[in-house]
Amino acid sequence: MSVAAMPKDVSRPDSGNNKTLVEINGLRRVFDLSKPWLNRLIEGGGKVTLTAVDGVDFAIREGETYALVGESGSGKSTIAKMTVGLLRPSAGSVTIGGTDVWGSKDAEGMRAMRRQIQMIFQDPFASLNPRWRVRAIIEEPIKAFDLISDAKDRGERVGELLSLVGLDPRDGQKFPHEFSGGQRQRIAIARALASNPRFIVCDEPTSALDVSVQAQVLNLLRDLQERLGLTYLFISHNLAVVRHVATRVGVLYLGRLVEEAPARELFASPQHPYTKMLLEAVPDIEMGGSERQSIAGEIPNPVNPPPGCHFHPRCPQAMDHCSRDIPPVYHVGAANVRCHLFGDAKRSAR
Amino acid sequence: MTTPTLSVRNLRVEIPTRRGVLTAIDDLSFDIAPGEVLGMVGESGAGKSITGSAIIGLLEPPGRVAGGEIRLAGERIDNVSPDQMRRIRGRRIGMIFQDPLTSLNPLYRIGDQLVETILTHERLSQKAARTKAVKLLEEVGIPAAEARFSAYPHQFSGGMRQRVVIALALCADPELVIADEPTTALDVSVQAQIIALLKRLCADRGASVMLITHDMGVIAETADRVCVLYAGRLAEIGPVRAVVKHPQHPYTQGLMAAIPSLVGDPDATLAQIPGSMPRLGAIPAGCAFNPRCNFAFEACSAARPEVYDAGTSDASCFLHASEVAPSAPAETLRAADQAGIVLPVSAKETIA
Amino acid sequence: MSYATEPEGKAAQTAPEGVKGGTRPGFVRRIADSDIWYSFTRSPLTMVSAVVTAIFMLAALFAPLIAPHNPFDPASISIMDSFYPPIWEADSDPRFLLGSDDQGRDVLSTILYGMRISLAVGFASVIFAMVIGVTLGLLAGYLGGWVDSVIMRIADVQLTFPAILIALLINGVARAMAGPQSYDNVVFAVLVLSIGLSFWVQYARTVRGSVLVEANKEYVLAAKLIGLKPITIMFKHVLPNVLGPVLVIATINLALAIITEATLSFLGVGVPPTEPSLGTLIRIGNDFLFSGEWWVTIFPGITLAILALAVNLLGDWLRDALNPKLR
Repeated sequence: MSVAAMPKDVSRPDSGNNKTLVEINGLRRVFDLSKPWLNRLIEGGGKVTLTAVDGVDFAIREGETYALVGESGSGKSTIAKMTVGLLRPSAGSVTIGGTDVWGSKDAEGMRAMRRQIQMIFQDPFASLNPRWRVRAIIEEPIKAFDLISDAKDRGERVGELLSLVGLDPRDGQKFPHEFSGGQRQRIAIARALASNPRFIVCDEPTSALDVSVQAQVLNLLRDLQERLGLTYLFISHNLAVVRHVATRVGVLYLGRLVEEAPARELFASPQHPYTKMLLEAVPDIEMGGSERQSIAGEIPNPVNPPPGCHFHPRCPQAMDHCSRDIPPVYHVGAANVRCHLFGDAKRSAR
Repeated sequence: MTTPTLSVRNLRVEIPTRRGVLTAIDDLSFDIAPGEVLGMVGESGAGKSITGSAIIGLLEPPGRVAGGEIRLAGERIDNVSPDQMRRIRGRRIGMIFQDPLTSLNPLYRIGDQLVETILTHERLSQKAARTKAVKLLEEVGIPAAEARFSAYPHQFSGGMRQRVVIALALCADPELVIADEPTTALDVSVQAQIIALLKRLCADRGASVMLITHDMGVIAETADRVCVLYAGRLAEIGPVRAVVKHPQHPYTQGLMAAIPSLVGDPDATLAQIPGSMPRLGAIPAGCAFNPRCNFAFEACSAARPEVYDAGTSDASCFLHASEVAPSAPAETLRAADQAGIVLPVSAKETIA
Repeated sequence: MSYATEPEGKAAQTAPEGVKGGTRPGFVRRIADSDIWYSFTRSPLTMVSAVVTAIFMLAALFAPLIAPHNPFDPASISIMDSFYPPIWEADSDPRFLLGSDDQGRDVLSTILYGMRISLAVGFASVIFAMVIGVTLGLLAGYLGGWVDSVIMRIADVQLTFPAILIALLINGVARAMAGPQSYDNVVFAVLVLSIGLSFWVQYARTVRGSVLVEANKEYVLAAKLIGLKPITIMFKHVLPNVLGPVLVIATINLALAIITEATLSFLGVGVPPTEPSLGTLIRIGNDFLFSGEWWVTIFPGITLAILALAVNLLGDWLRDALNPKLR
């Protein structure tokens, strides 16, 4: 459809020379799923833990979109929450613009940093307080960070933000239920932009939306990135969507980053067997005639993941030691791959 | 021509609300041939699930079928008693829903649920029913079916549960299977398995399938024909390849273009349809799509288009109506022509 | 599931109006437009209950203006007027519409004044229970951990005592502490405290449950993200979204509180006969029931029954109206 009155796309920011904005090191999160101690005492049974995120490192450069891809149980949303400071990591660190999100004692610095981080959530029906008017919703971050003290100026800013995301400034008077899913997601984006952030975590921002609306929201996010120089961490399970937004992609499987590469490389030549399978599992809308490959088996229970490489029971190329040793990260071309396959031949390991 | 397994004619579903009667499905007609997989696609609120519920007589009140006919293998089923409908459901029409947990009773063992369903539809001994159930479980790919026969639904993973639901839907050898978003709740890697399984089993049994989904990708690789709904009305219907590759309704075109894909230029801006689908209470006059349509002209807001022959498929768009299309501005026609819409001869002449 | 479209459809028609004007829809408009109001207008029983409740409350509020006599003014009552039957009976006095009691007080007037006390105790104890219960429920649900454990265990213990027992206990303690003279001065507070204390658990549990659901919603995460204090998030974001069920309990509790107060007064541990509530009136009248002066107890009894029934029906309707599944 020749709909586009959209500006001709300027290709995505080159990730080569920009400096690192977000740095994530050895991030780990263990959830305690045990019953209360009284139950354990009487019924027996020990502690049950779930390692949702297991030693993840990556870095996001200023102005780029880093996408984390994974299926359920991969830990992608847990990483998102730890990155923005909503969930305390069990180990590891998150550094944004030089400030340690979890370790900093500098209260003023923390507040300044908080203003720089925002988040867009998956469900636009749950992310807006149903009892608040849109204006109050968007205004809240402005008030929380004391950005604009004058009520009238603040109202104008809300109007500006609404226009920026493609809504009418007068929509501020309405309540969230008067909007469709796509419009609500725009409101959520306006709220995220209200504090003039540099870094926005988008947690499955379009997975609750219909395709035609998804395209609108993805285009809007890209447009805003260009205009405001934003950096995104984009969480998604949809590879086709990721391909359209990401500069760099990290593929998660049961809490571990199994492959990380610039988007073009990852889609052109996936290295990890899991990445390959994921790509093959995407339905072929172009009807090229190829049957889509199904991946054998299902994602194991994260409470009790397979030893060694978590993927080995489903991997067609699994070797003996895959079930014993956790593979280290190998550099394969532009990609970082956590797979034993690259252990012997192309060993350029750390 | 053989009698279609399912024939829906001029179906109209209404939902009375306090602000007046909403028309959820408006004048919808389609057929499913024996052994055919028909994909029902549309955005949320387009009425695809309601169509499914209307066919199996499970419209949630106050929704009601207000007009039209539904025939299963030639017999009308829209006016039968609830008792007769109950016998048709499960026996002649199998059902698969999005969330396998809603289709399985959490308190009963998987095997017992299967045996019970088999026994309500067939006169078999308990033992024969059990044998059949185990065989079915093996067929849907449950490993160690005999051993897992006495497992409870919560002991299965999502994909395994959906396999059991498929076994339940197929146990009475129905003529028609209605699958409502069967893979939406599953992970990508499991989706492919379930789709392949569903397709294979229905093909083996010669059952027709009505596959309801919002995922054009699933339709593209599963369905023989596809029916695109918009605001409770038919937008386009035709062979899946034709509709996906050469959509003839402007809405289908927009929908197809908006889907991010793994091929093509990743940096290109995604095509987007402006606005969003109207709510049922605010469907615009004329063609429901006209306010969002690039090719809309005078006739589009004045009258509602019927379903016209659009070459490779049938589309409900005035650009395909040989009497109406020539009245469109030449510019619009030219743009439509360029976008790949096969105009009727009469309209072609005006821009030639 | 097949009606995902329906609520959207409903909302659809309200949307364009807002668009046209671009102005803030007025409060009255919003009420008139709301589903609650619609469900109200569709239920004649509810409307009758609402009217009855409103009449009773207004009557109680304006008792000094409406009541033919002031039953608390010794100057206006005369023992000579005692035991006049209602005016449709023989030997009645037109001054006493519903008859008079043993002290010559007008039964209608005592009912009107008695309702004041009954309703005041009812409202006060419901508000008291609501404030305690909602606050504790919010804290328990939002903070979780040991705060949650402590609050909910106290609630469990509280639940094992029936409401009347608690009320009798507190009453006994208060009576012993205050002494018989000054007890009359604190009786109102004691009633509110004892009835309120037996009701708070319900609020706390309901609110805690709703908070557990709401606190995981993304709008709360968005509020946490900008560094709002937990107390701000609890009261500004979470509270408004959990008040629906609270309102239902409060309404049903109001009826219950009125009845509990009546029960306590009937048992003689409530308000004293000098300032009678409906319960006290019934108790006093009870003594004369068998001597033939039935009106002294029957009319307050009927009043109490109708008031409690009407309020209860309102509560039932509210519960259904606020439950989207039943709509």
